[in-house]
Amino acid sequence: MNLSLLILIPLITALAILLVKKDSTIKLIALMGSVVQLGIAVWITFFYINLRKAGISGDMLLQSTLSWFAPLNIHFSAGVDGISLTMILLTAMVVVAGILVSWKIERQVKEFFFLIVLLSLGAYGFFISTDLFMMFFFLELAVIPKYLLIGIWGSGKKEYSAMKLALMLMAGSALVFLGITALYFASGIYGGQYTWNIHELAQMKFPMEVQVPIYLLVFTGFGVFTAMFPFHTWAPDGHSSAPTAASMFLAGISMKLGGYGCLRVATYLMPDAAQEWSWIFIILASIAIIYGAFATMMQKDLKYMNAYSSVSHCGFVILGIAMLTKTAFMGAVMQMVSHGIMTALFFAAIGMIYDRAHTRQANELGGMLKQMPFIGTAFIIAGLTSLGLPGFSGFVSEMTIFVGSWERTGIFYRVATILACASIVVTAVYILRAIGFAIWGSITNKEFEKLKDASWNEKAASILLIAGIVLIGTLPFWIINLIQNDTITIFNKFISVAVAN
Amino acid sequence: MLLRFEVVITLIIFILLVLKLNDADKKVKSFMIGINVLLLINFLVGLLPLGEGTLFMGFFRSTGLLVLQKNILNLGLLLISLTSYTYLSRNNNRIEFYILLLSSMLGVFSMLSSGHILVLYLGLEMSTIPLAALANFNKSMKNSSEAGIKLILSSAFSTGILLFGISLLYGAVGNLSFENIAANLQMNELSVLAFAFIIGGFGFKMSVVPFHLWTADVYEGSPIPVTNFLSVISKGSVIFVFISVLYSIFASFTEAWLYAITILSILSMTVGNLFAMRQQNIKRFLAFSSIAQVGFVLVGIAGASKIGMTSATYFVLIYLLSNIASFGVISAIFDSTGKENIDDYKGLYKSNPYYALIFAVSLFSLAGIPPTAGFFGKLFLLTAGMGNGMYVLLAFAAINLVLSLYNYLRIVKTMFIDDAIERLPLVDKNMAVKIALAICTIGIIIIGFVTPLFQYIDVLSIIK
Repeated sequence: MNLSLLILIPLITALAILLVKKDSTIKLIALMGSVVQLGIAVWITFFYINLRKAGISGDMLLQSTLSWFAPLNIHFSAGVDGISLTMILLTAMVVVAGILVSWKIERQVKEFFFLIVLLSLGAYGFFISTDLFMMFFFLELAVIPKYLLIGIWGSGKKEYSAMKLALMLMAGSALVFLGITALYFASGIYGGQYTWNIHELAQMKFPMEVQVPIYLLVFTGFGVFTAMFPFHTWAPDGHSSAPTAASMFLAGISMKLGGYGCLRVATYLMPDAAQEWSWIFIILASIAIIYGAFATMMQKDLKYMNAYSSVSHCGFVILGIAMLTKTAFMGAVMQMVSHGIMTALFFAAIGMIYDRAHTRQANELGGMLKQMPFIGTAFIIAGLTSLGLPGFSGFVSEMTIFVGSWERTGIFYRVATILACASIVVTAVYILRAIGFAIWGSITNKEFEKLKDASWNEKAASILLIAGIVLIGTLPFWIINLIQNDTITIFNKFISVAVAN
Repeated sequence: MLLRFEVVITLIIFILLVLKLNDADKKVKSFMIGINVLLLINFLVGLLPLGEGTLFMGFFRSTGLLVLQKNILNLGLLLISLTSYTYLSRNNNRIEFYILLLSSMLGVFSMLSSGHILVLYLGLEMSTIPLAALANFNKSMKNSSEAGIKLILSSAFSTGILLFGISLLYGAVGNLSFENIAANLQMNELSVLAFAFIIGGFGFKMSVVPFHLWTADVYEGSPIPVTNFLSVISKGSVIFVFISVLYSIFASFTEAWLYAITILSILSMTVGNLFAMRQQNIKRFLAFSSIAQVGFVLVGIAGASKIGMTSATYFVLIYLLSNIASFGVISAIFDSTGKENIDDYKGLYKSNPYYALIFAVSLFSLAGIPPTAGFFGKLFLLTAGMGNGMYVLLAFAAINLVLSLYNYLRIVKTMFIDDAIERLPLVDKNMAVKIALAICTIGIIIIGFVTPLFQYIDVLSIIK
């Protein structure tokens, strides 16, 4: 069972798309490829669970290594644990939904689906990497597809948003690269062996003056990807100008690349520095949560609303990672998955509305539920998940983060936790207001009475995502069992550095 | 037969002289095919194994790394010749063009294989003077003459400075062979002064800031094949020589030249990228972009280690392919339509999708985007630079990664996202140009995944 299958399938799909001429065949190939990928992801998860039940221990399973650039000790090494698997499942789900939602694309179909599949390849490669250079390779791979997707198929001020997104993400990746290269050399000087491998680096202990700048560089760099305040400015424009599938991918998956990196690379490999300096990121995360929530309230455009809401919700992820407790880590991973699915559903619903009504301004819409009950319901479900209604995944993940954050005593941490909790009220305000304006009530614009409800592809995409949300919301134990041991592995690095519990 | 590279080139020059006497280029197509076949044979013969050794009491040396570097440059020569097919088919001075080009190449090879400073100087001069004539090849165009004059005058001035540095070096050491200097050089005022002048001379040839002022005008005025040669072969060869000079002769000076390189690198990258932002002419844009690329190579050189040498050689190969691809596309478009302004490229993807794609791939490689080879080239340079702890330099390199991405994305945006009412018409596709562009593009995409290549270069990079 080789993990490279997860990279091979999107690659073959992408190449097949390039060779085929007819638009309908292209769409079919893309859909088949992503569904096969989802199937493989599910199968690998069960395989992994069985291996764990059989008692096979080890930080990561299903590992494989290929030498890539021997003089620099760069390897193509892959491996998964529970956290990576949940992210891979998330990616597979969102990609299938995104491809389904984009079924009606007319313009430059081949290039569009090629770029989407290429994007997903970058994400899969990132999540299975255990070599830092390889991880960086897949992180950077996604920059140009994002730029082209927003610039060519986007709307609004797409050229500006695309350029801003590309440049800011490049700056973030430059910071990440400086950090991981410094780590490579530190591993040679202090650890005895020059390596890029995460497992080998995790065994080494670096002195503080080396750990601290690297930790700050890497966390900030990955934080740019997660739209951490104050590097979040690419997100509202980027998400809103992008075409629907790209927005779903950007907000649903691409932002989670940052969160995963913050957890797996910055916090796991440099625990002492994290212990000392994570307070900076707690502050930034809290600002992102509050500011994001208030900024969302001011938005009239539904897409901008969801974009700022994503900034706020990903603030929860960073808060969870920076709190450095086991439960908070778990909550951060769950929030990554939950928010990923939720925001994909939200963007899908908004995209469907926009395709029909040609407006995204909440006050121009009205009574969508009457005219398009399915889309309206999808919108409402996404909204309720966002504000953390029990029964949906948002509640489970946010609760876990709050409990985990509360575990850290100390005025500073308690204040941050309380502020984060308080933001839920603001979330409720903007969600209910948006729903009230756009979905409930009577139909304000007579034109809208002609609109049709969701077509088969949109229904399929929405049902897939809603299933994910409800599954996590009502049966969270399967995901907790999956990631529990791995968050303990990360947390164990902090046991020696006494976290007051 | 250690002199094999040089002998083959000289043979081809003689064949060309004989052909000129017989006016053989009347039949254009057969001549063009013939000369390209000759250059292909030159490249293939170069790939045969060659031993190491010295000749002429150490004036000429050949090592494994030098053979690899000469092969890389031979490949560049072949590809440049292929991409200039259309230009040369229309120009009646074909044979002179090739004679000048190959003479410059001979100078390049002599410079690379030198074991003595005088031979280095001779090779440098021999590689530059034909280029001034080549820069002026569009005899009827005014800016071509301007390019020629600027090149020869600044070139003469810079070689004067280099020669002054060499004479000071002779005064400091008493001998001019590489081994002797490496053994006997000590840090005193005279040798540091010599070193400063020598770096100045080399800096001009590599168009490092602040010695870059000739670059934009010469690149703009020269015919595109000549610009191609200047930016790729001329620059690449001087980079190779510069590395070997710094690492072997001036090895004892490392603390001194480390800071010099840092400053030159920061200036080159930043000035190159900032000026490129304002350019409207695609040739000037690529000129400034190549200044920034050389700045980047200096980051790798600042690593002062084996990995610095390896990554610089690797990068020059990738840079060669990327630049030849870009100039090849520009050349094809210019030869068909006469347009070289960036705004004329609007909507190129809709009218000429393959040219737009090839251009985009080469730009991504220059920017350092995976999966193109440029990603690995640039990042290995950064890794080498990090090894020596030059943190300020690396911070500027990181900033410049972003700036250069903006520059290249600007062109990509013009081709793919913008559209114009009058797009460029369908550009003729010439078989030779197509072959060259195909080789370059395939190289750019797969070199990063050809695992043995980097290892091979690393094995050969021996710092004596």
